[in-house]
Amino acid sequence: MTKTRSLRWSLPSLLLAATANATDMPLNMTKGVTEISQQVYDLHMTIFWICCAIGAVVFGIMFWSIVRHRKARGVQPAQFHESTKVEILWTAIPVIILIIMAIPATKTLIAMEDTTEADVTVLVTGSQWKWHYKYLNHDVEFYSLLATPREQIINKFAKGENYLLEVDRPLVIPTGKKVRFLMTSDDVIHSWWVPAFAVKKDANPGFINEAWTKVEQPGIYRGQCAELCGKDHGYMPIVVVAKAPADYDAWLNGEAERIAKAKAEEQELLSMNMSMEELMSVGERTYTAYCAACHQPNGEGLPGIFPALKGSAMALNDIPGHINIVLNGQAGTAMQAYAKQLSLKEIAAVITYERNAWGNNTGELVQAADVHAVMQGKGD
Amino acid sequence: MSAAVTDHEHDHEHHDHKPSGIKRWFYTTNHKDIGSMYLIFALVMFFIGGAMAMVIRAELFQPGMQFVEPNFFNQMTTVHGLIMVFGAVMPAFTGLANWMIPMMIGAPDMALPRMNNWSFWILPFAFLILLMSLFMPGGGPSFGWTFYAPLSTTYSGDSTALFVFSVHIMGISSIMGAINVIVTIFNLRAPGMTWMKMPLFVWTWLITAFLLIMVMPVLAGVVTMVLTDKYFATSFFDAAGGGDPVLFQHIFWFFGHPEVYIMILPAFGIVSSIVPTFARKPLFGYASMVYATSSIALLSFLVWAHHMFTTGMPVAGALFFMYCTMLIAVPTGVKVFNWVATMWRGAMTFEVPMMFALAFIVLFTIGGFSGLMLAITPADFQYHDTYFVVAHFHYVLVTGAVFSIIAGAYYWLPKWTGFMYDEKLGQWHFWCSLISVNLLFFPMHFVGLAGMPRRIPDYALQFADFNAFISIGGFLFGASQLIFVWVLVKCARGGEKATAQVWEGAEGLEWEVPSPAPYHTFETPPVIK
Repeated sequence: MTKTRSLRWSLPSLLLAATANATDMPLNMTKGVTEISQQVYDLHMTIFWICCAIGAVVFGIMFWSIVRHRKARGVQPAQFHESTKVEILWTAIPVIILIIMAIPATKTLIAMEDTTEADVTVLVTGSQWKWHYKYLNHDVEFYSLLATPREQIINKFAKGENYLLEVDRPLVIPTGKKVRFLMTSDDVIHSWWVPAFAVKKDANPGFINEAWTKVEQPGIYRGQCAELCGKDHGYMPIVVVAKAPADYDAWLNGEAERIAKAKAEEQELLSMNMSMEELMSVGERTYTAYCAACHQPNGEGLPGIFPALKGSAMALNDIPGHINIVLNGQAGTAMQAYAKQLSLKEIAAVITYERNAWGNNTGELVQAADVHAVMQGKGD
Repeated sequence: MSAAVTDHEHDHEHHDHKPSGIKRWFYTTNHKDIGSMYLIFALVMFFIGGAMAMVIRAELFQPGMQFVEPNFFNQMTTVHGLIMVFGAVMPAFTGLANWMIPMMIGAPDMALPRMNNWSFWILPFAFLILLMSLFMPGGGPSFGWTFYAPLSTTYSGDSTALFVFSVHIMGISSIMGAINVIVTIFNLRAPGMTWMKMPLFVWTWLITAFLLIMVMPVLAGVVTMVLTDKYFATSFFDAAGGGDPVLFQHIFWFFGHPEVYIMILPAFGIVSSIVPTFARKPLFGYASMVYATSSIALLSFLVWAHHMFTTGMPVAGALFFMYCTMLIAVPTGVKVFNWVATMWRGAMTFEVPMMFALAFIVLFTIGGFSGLMLAITPADFQYHDTYFVVAHFHYVLVTGAVFSIIAGAYYWLPKWTGFMYDEKLGQWHFWCSLISVNLLFFPMHFVGLAGMPRRIPDYALQFADFNAFISIGGFLFGASQLIFVWVLVKCARGGEKATAQVWEGAEGLEWEVPSPAPYHTFETPPVIK
């Protein structure tokens, strides 16, 4: 996979490779791991070969003509210029080919859209620039963020094998079960795409779309957001882990426990005070993961789109306002509500960090209890 | 109009009179001057949009971020698309229409010359506004040339206001140009130039002009809705206020799909002029070409949602749009078959215009094939928003529309300048373009099928080799176009004198006037045999 090798490639060899089903470097659509994805692949190959056949005939005649019917060979041009018979013929033949093609395409499409009788339902919510998964009928939900370190993106560290296709918490689904996805979005339109399942569905804010898959083989399947959703559209991958039903159940119970435990810890935290050091270190980590994409690692934002935090009136003076905007977001802007994305501890820490980093030296500490107070004050 | 031109015939010097210097260009109502300005403007925009493509390809040369930030990358993809569609391809076709339609139908000028002047002169301001928006705090538009809401409304920067204003101006310019073409063709045909005697370039442009006046107001409407959603608290596309973000896509693509044909129908006309000339044989199936073009135009209003299969629509809707889209392959196929039948048993020569026209036929057809693949809805779920789509529309727009414009430019250049262009340089331009454009766009099919989404500034490692390859093709294609500029400048300055007919097999009214075409042509209508 070195650069020099790719440079040696010539166009003819590329064309050959396209038809040779080379496995080394992906050149063709994946067959995927589901019945549907296999059908989609078959449709793709059928229409591809139909196009190749038509192309061979049309271009063949054309190049034959270019070689034979050239003035340099001293030919006299014929003068025919009309034939209704021929016109009818080359209108009718394509129509027949298209009808033959439309039949399997229609069948597959109808099967793809049948989301009934699902065993598991997952609500998938896109937001700039992460995915949120919620298992309906279970107390399990979490965010799934890009796990590739920034240093790899800016070429400081060597890139890992799954560069840009790795997340902190993958979606887990059981094998052999029909899994239904409900797609929606908190902000702009995203599109949830896993090529191995042949599932690509837009996540529209305010509306719910449906899709489904049934994976037979346990494994790790990777995808990406497929609809331009702003600055970091290229950085919101999808990872799905398919597990045998028993492993899946164990995982689900483990997750439910983990989430319940975290909630209990939250309550304990309310009576504790964290040190500046701890707040700053948790805060920096949280800031880098959740805030730096817009407000930038140096807190200066992007003028005209994302406001600076460094030296901002809110980060220097207004503590309740600061807590409020982090908790609830700002309607009509890209600023999201983090109340459900982050723990009280993380919110307290990130606010403390924002009030004490980059020369914002207010010296003020915000504790989980302060965040909780603002949350309660809102009356919910 | 006819009264103004009748009594000048005795004095050729007199009616070639025109203001000199810069005033000539600001005040001109002459279709040839305006045509030239459109063409030069389009060429300048082609290079500005091309420079942005070079930025995109430089960043994508290797994985990781090297040269630009993601936000700027998005501005480049957005403005590259807008400039190429509205600044390069459409004005180039309008320029060709201005130059050639009056000469092809035996008219003295366009029917509405003052409006013609205005429709050109507002264009530079539209693009100045668009380009200036790149220098605003936060940069220019970064939501893709398709400006999907709510990314372009709630979540966009303040350059959106400039973007909307600039699109309005472009739209007004296009509508005026289209009205002018329609009025000219309906009213100024020479006696005896019946509908079914009109050259196909005139026919395809007439149909294009109707598409333009039907869909440009829709574009104006949708950008206005974006503007009011963003600044005046309406909620057309905001679910929280009772709107629907998908409604935006329906309105946009109701404009956008006919727009695609606006950019290809005149290309069909150009190729239908060039192939018979160099095959020395009349166009095969003239009438079926006219009917096929009309069918494509009508069908273009019934397929818009094939851009939206993944947005979630009822199965019946998806099936309807899939079938209609597949149907478009039929009239398009008829056109390609007719061109091949025109060549069959002709006596072909291969000057530069013919080379570009032949490349057009093959490569546009490849773009058509991938279009047919994209029509298959289940497969589209895998292709949609990947580089496969990018490959598809660059095959139909670059090796389709742009190649036809270049072919037309070489074909009519001797008529415009009075000199033959440098054939050897032209052949260099052709072969360099042909090879590099395929290095550039063909591998995009593979990265798309392998799963690379479009509009991303950085990508996973398995796409790295092909992207390096594509970028090199891109730089070479960009450099190849400098040869074109060289040919144009050289041809404008002098060369072998062109005859009136220019090409041995050329037929039509434009080849009966001297080369270069006099400032005013056909002040008395010609006699059509």
